[in-house]
Amino acid sequence: MEPLLEARGIVKRYGHVYALREAAFSAYPGEVVALVGDNGAGKSTLVKTLSGALTPDAGEIRLEGTPLRLTGPLDAQRHGIETVYQDLALAPDLDAAANLYLGRELPRSGPLGMLGVLDRNEMRRRAVDTFGDLGIRLPDVAAPVRRLSGGQRQCVAVARAVVWASKVVFMDEPTAALGVVQRRQVLDLIRRVRDGGVTVVLISHNMPEVLAVADRVEVLRLGRRVARFTAADTSVEELVAAMTGGIEQEDAA
Amino acid sequence: MTTPSVTEQGQAGQPRPSLVPARLRKRLQQFLAFGGLIVVFAFFSIASPNFFNYGNVTSILLATVVIGTLALGTTFVIISGGIDLSVGTGMALCAVMAGTFITNLGMPVPLGVLLTVLFGGLIGLVNGLNVALLKVPPFIATLAMMLAAGGLALVISDSTPIYFSDTPGYVEISIGSIIPGADFPNSVLILAAIAIIAGVLLSRTILGRFAFSIGSNEEATALSGIKVRQWKIIIYTLAGLFTGIAGVMISSRLGSAQPGTGLGYELQAIAAVVIGGTSLSGGKGSIVGTLIGALIISVLNNGLQIMSIPQEWQNVILGCVIVLAVYADMARQRTA
Repeated sequence: MEPLLEARGIVKRYGHVYALREAAFSAYPGEVVALVGDNGAGKSTLVKTLSGALTPDAGEIRLEGTPLRLTGPLDAQRHGIETVYQDLALAPDLDAAANLYLGRELPRSGPLGMLGVLDRNEMRRRAVDTFGDLGIRLPDVAAPVRRLSGGQRQCVAVARAVVWASKVVFMDEPTAALGVVQRRQVLDLIRRVRDGGVTVVLISHNMPEVLAVADRVEVLRLGRRVARFTAADTSVEELVAAMTGGIEQEDAA
Repeated sequence: MTTPSVTEQGQAGQPRPSLVPARLRKRLQQFLAFGGLIVVFAFFSIASPNFFNYGNVTSILLATVVIGTLALGTTFVIISGGIDLSVGTGMALCAVMAGTFITNLGMPVPLGVLLTVLFGGLIGLVNGLNVALLKVPPFIATLAMMLAAGGLALVISDSTPIYFSDTPGYVEISIGSIIPGADFPNSVLILAAIAIIAGVLLSRTILGRFAFSIGSNEEATALSGIKVRQWKIIIYTLAGLFTGIAGVMISSRLGSAQPGTGLGYELQAIAAVVIGGTSLSGGKGSIVGTLIGALIISVLNNGLQIMSIPQEWQNVILGCVIVLAVYADMARQRTA
């Protein structure tokens, strides 16, 4: 099968420090692929180059086989690639519906819409549908997001990316700050997103969590891809070995 | 895909199920300020026989117009996480410009008023460019404008008041009455009209939505593809337009442009906004709250004056009320 998103020979350096040394990455249609690696392995840098936030110094990115040069996160969004940022990129004083539509507000039809008047009812109605489809339960869609629990907030952030992503969603440590129940909510949501046909790229430090939710795992070490596993056929020990240099697959780089 | 419906009730394992629906809670904040207004109003009505009558209530409303107008613009700026210290002296500069346009240059009143309001917009535009493009912190950028505008008002007018004696129509804008038979000042109607416009802008349009969102989380707003710099410039320009309107209102009420005045109005405007429940850290606030805040300030000023309490003590009391209002708002948010 042809990869949906593929990166080859990605180089990113800051002065004399190489964050990525000809890194490779592939994501296939409709899968959850986890990107793991020790601190400083280049995971976040790689994700930022793939989601348009950083421009690589060298290398090639292909989306469905066609070369892609991203000029920024908005450009990535136009190609159906969305990112859930690590630090909950929501406006906490706005309600869930307003956050879902942030930057993509629906205007009223007619002259009022041209004056910038928003169709708040329509946005709220569609938001309720969206949250319902994704199985996200919120106590009150009209409440400021600040009042939601951490898990609910993260679900809103994920929903926001998912609604607009037609192809790939990057999630950088989406469960890092969450408790057990909330973590499960987010992992369930990730599976539902995958089942809806959107590829999920998950960055996580939590190996049991990676094995529970991912279909495949790609391992980065010192700025290069060193191993690829099918989640069902690997173990936490094997992943840790690959991350720390104990295992290196010849064909992975 | 499983599709459980969105429920209105809190789920097991989810903290803090809300007892009061969010929409009602938002109203609660305004009721709190409104309750405060009722309390001070009732107090002065009982304490002084000269307080509650048509003439005095009208003069309270008239006194609310200038601070209210400035506070409307300031509300947008503060909700977006900024601050505008330039509206007081900016208003004086706009008043001087009105005098220049209408009295010195002999322009027709409507044209002079239009140019004055646009000049206010220009002051706001410069603030917006400094804040959004040059990244000068709002406090500094508008402090600089406060000084510059105050100085310019004196320079342009040669430090002397400009009178509107040749254009009685100009004075009518503020204290004339278009309601036949009633002695009700136009400027109060004008304040009501621009407050409705401001309210619609803030709560119904994309401008208001982005003001809240920038004040709530600027980085997230930018990552959502919203042109934060452009919207900040628009918000400061809007505040400037209100400054221009206030300049017209104050000079038409006084029948003259007083170049040395204005300083201190910006703080009263900020006080009105804060008493009305708008958070100085951005992201929260309402136009109704701001109007109530402005009314509380003018009721206090008027009532204390009627009770012959010296100006110095009026300021002390106003200071206490501001702290009380903010404290009540914080307490409400903790318990809610």
